[in-house]
Amino acid sequence: MADLDNFRAEVGEWLDANAPQSLRGVQVTAERGGTWGGRRATFEPPDMKPWLQMCIEKGWTAPSWPSEYGGGGLSSEAAKLLAGEMRKRRLPPPLTGFGLSMIGPTLLRYGTEEQKQQHIRKIVRGEIRWCQGYSEPDAGSDLASIQTRAVRDGDDFILNGQKVWTSYGDLSDWIFALVRTDPKVKKQEGITFILIDMETPGVSVRPIKLISGKSPFCETYFDDVRVPVKNVIAEINGGWTVAKALLRDERSMIADVFGSVADTGKQRKPGSMLANLARQYLGGADGTMLSDPVLRDEIARCELDDKAFALTVQRTRDAAKAGHQSGPESSIFKVYATELNKRRSELMVDIAGPEGLGWEGTGFDKDELARTRGWLRARGNSIEGGTSEVQLNIIAKHVLGLPD
Amino acid sequence: MQLLLTEDQELLAKTAADFVAKQSPVSRFRELRDSDDPLGFSRSLWKQMAELGWVGIPFPEEFGGAGLGLSELAVILEALGRNLAPEPFISTVLLAGQALLLGGSDAQKKRWIEPVAAGDAFLALAYQEVRGRYDLHRIRTRAERNGDGWRITGEKRHVIDGGAADALIVAARTTGDVSDADGITLLLVEAGAKGLTLERQRRVDSRGAALVKLEAVEVGADAVVGVEGQGGALLEDAIDRATVGLCAEMLGAMSACFERTLEYLKQREQFGVPIGSFQALKHRSAEMYIEIELSRSTMMAAARAVDAGTDDARKLISLAKARCSDALILISNEGVQMHGGIGMTDEHDIGFYMKRARVAATTFGDAAWHRDRWARLSGY
Ligand SMILES: Cc1cc2nc3c(=O)[nH]c(=O)nc-3n(C[C@H](O)[C@H](O)[C@H](O)COP(=O)(O)OP(=O)(O)OC[C@H]3O[C@@H](n4cnc5c(N)ncnc54)[C@H](O)[C@@H]3O)c2cc1C
Repeated sequence: MADLDNFRAEVGEWLDANAPQSLRGVQVTAERGGTWGGRRATFEPPDMKPWLQMCIEKGWTAPSWPSEYGGGGLSSEAAKLLAGEMRKRRLPPPLTGFGLSMIGPTLLRYGTEEQKQQHIRKIVRGEIRWCQGYSEPDAGSDLASIQTRAVRDGDDFILNGQKVWTSYGDLSDWIFALVRTDPKVKKQEGITFILIDMETPGVSVRPIKLISGKSPFCETYFDDVRVPVKNVIAEINGGWTVAKALLRDERSMIADVFGSVADTGKQRKPGSMLANLARQYLGGADGTMLSDPVLRDEIARCELDDKAFALTVQRTRDAAKAGHQSGPESSIFKVYATELNKRRSELMVDIAGPEGLGWEGTGFDKDELARTRGWLRARGNSIEGGTSEVQLNIIAKHVLGLPD
Repeated sequence: MQLLLTEDQELLAKTAADFVAKQSPVSRFRELRDSDDPLGFSRSLWKQMAELGWVGIPFPEEFGGAGLGLSELAVILEALGRNLAPEPFISTVLLAGQALLLGGSDAQKKRWIEPVAAGDAFLALAYQEVRGRYDLHRIRTRAERNGDGWRITGEKRHVIDGGAADALIVAARTTGDVSDADGITLLLVEAGAKGLTLERQRRVDSRGAALVKLEAVEVGADAVVGVEGQGGALLEDAIDRATVGLCAEMLGAMSACFERTLEYLKQREQFGVPIGSFQALKHRSAEMYIEIELSRSTMMAAARAVDAGTDDARKLISLAKARCSDALILISNEGVQMHGGIGMTDEHDIGFYMKRARVAATTFGDAAWHRDRWARLSGY
């Protein structure tokens, strides 16, 4: 405990002395801000670059990963403290991306020593940006029915097929993908999890525009792409287990990102974020009752759900820390966090009334435009990473034991 | 604040679950209802619970209590809630017991808390009046000076377990107008006092409730609980604590109601398959499961906040009550719906949960009222 307190104090001092002031309050969303690393890395604002560099040196881009691969080697409590100290100062994470949230943990769990040596340090240092090649035109919720073929040719596989909804495929350096290596067995048993350098001849991507106007996802094509067999993670035809483990990480990451704003320091100003926003449009002195009773009730409802969710996440963590299995199944987090984020985003647009309708340009301020785009982007939260309906299926089957 | 049961609390939970399962299955509640028992619960079972130390949980040791808090009492109430056991924790231990504990004089505590903790005395809090809805300050009952003491006249309704009470704590107006926050005084009135009459009120959940008439009931100066004219705050504090207890009971009820429904979904067949294989029912079940998990977190947080005396306790209580009310109503409504025709019969227990849900959800303020209080406390 004393060690942790010392650590917290040290971290605090270090952040106060070193973290660029200009980064305070910078929000990293799916569509802007921060840095995602990679060969074509961008830094928004520019001070993200030194920030990333100094965090790499301290192992703080991946605080809880082993230090032999460039991680911080911190216990999960210490890593949590560190994140808390950064949040308190409203500092953005030094690095974001699927390397840290998805393929890294998978490699640490399933990768060979050689694979870890090859990839983990580059992920930690933000040198390689990763994307996820799971979904295909005919395989979405029914992911196990993927058809992209991989045929063995000596020490290589030859890949042919198409992935879709590949987020940031056009900006990424490597892709982790599910491919079919055995079409004759039960669909789950013929899938292989493989890593592909996107500069390999035959890989091509085409961006797709989203309803929010941005193009963060792509179609990805494989045309006789030659990939070394040593890029397979775990067993050939054993990819489904790896795929599901990664999905669990992905879902808890999504729940973290889109879950509660209560108690997490995501708010810019003290007090109720939604009520403060409503005050801007409805007027009235701070501390007085909002003049629109229906809107007020919707705000309260959203806050209650937010707080109830935050407490449930806390309860699960407390149970896990005590070594109990009794906490609520984390399967509820993805569906609840994303449905809540959709409601919250929608409510923020509602609060602004006509000012919530801007697409771009005159008559709308920057925040209003961002909220409107944010609402559109949020609609995807309950689709990406497995739809809400699929999550409810999982709860019904695996938690409640309801029959197929 | 840890949202986790301690080892002692786990043990208590297990003992309580076993005891209630054995001594008070839902069939016992049915018997009480069918026999039209005017008390609505069992004195001998209450005495056993007192001997187990449960009744004294939230009272200090000097008055024969265990010196524990709502976090422990919640564990007991959840077990009772599962089987709809109607023993009078909310009325005796929480509403009136906490009003005395928080505001009573030493003499009052000695006189009443000791026998309450021992399981020998019962108390009730008479605050609600006709058409007040959830406004605690809407009190017409008046107490006028009568020498050193007071003379009380008015009518109270929905007095939980009023029929069993050896003494009532009555919220009366000593100054001011109906709905004023100031001018409310809490007064102890012993059963049998001249001018006091109680009539049984029959509510949909078949639990004990009374309509209390006070016609020039005279009490001494020592009947005042807390500070004269400032009983409103004490009333709110006592009701807040009772609300946490009620949330725990509701959590037990929603869990049991859900488990019964889930069991039925797995066993009842239509179209040649278990009805639980229909996705329309699966998704609603998964959503109910989420609601229960969230409700549990809020109830635990509220209980711990009260025990620790944190600033956000009142907000967390409103959070818990709003969520538990909505969740229990949803789950008990769905319980009846998913049982089909059998769920509509008096013979089946599932309807008991729906009736209790409606009463519990409304008691101490419904979900909308608590959202309003949350907003007020949050400064909007
Ligand atoms: C913003 C965004 C980013 C994404 N990024 C990536 C990425 O980087 N990499 C990647 O591989 N994929 C990505 N995806 C794809 C995502 O995983 C899929 O869209 C998702 O799994 C759903 O598949 P689908 O689009 O084919 O919809 P479908 O599976 O066709 O579903 C259509 C509708 O049917 C419902 N449905 C389907 N099956 C069932 C069932 N069994 N029971 C009940 N309802 C059902 C769904 O819930 C949905 O409402 C992304 C998606 C979005 C929106």
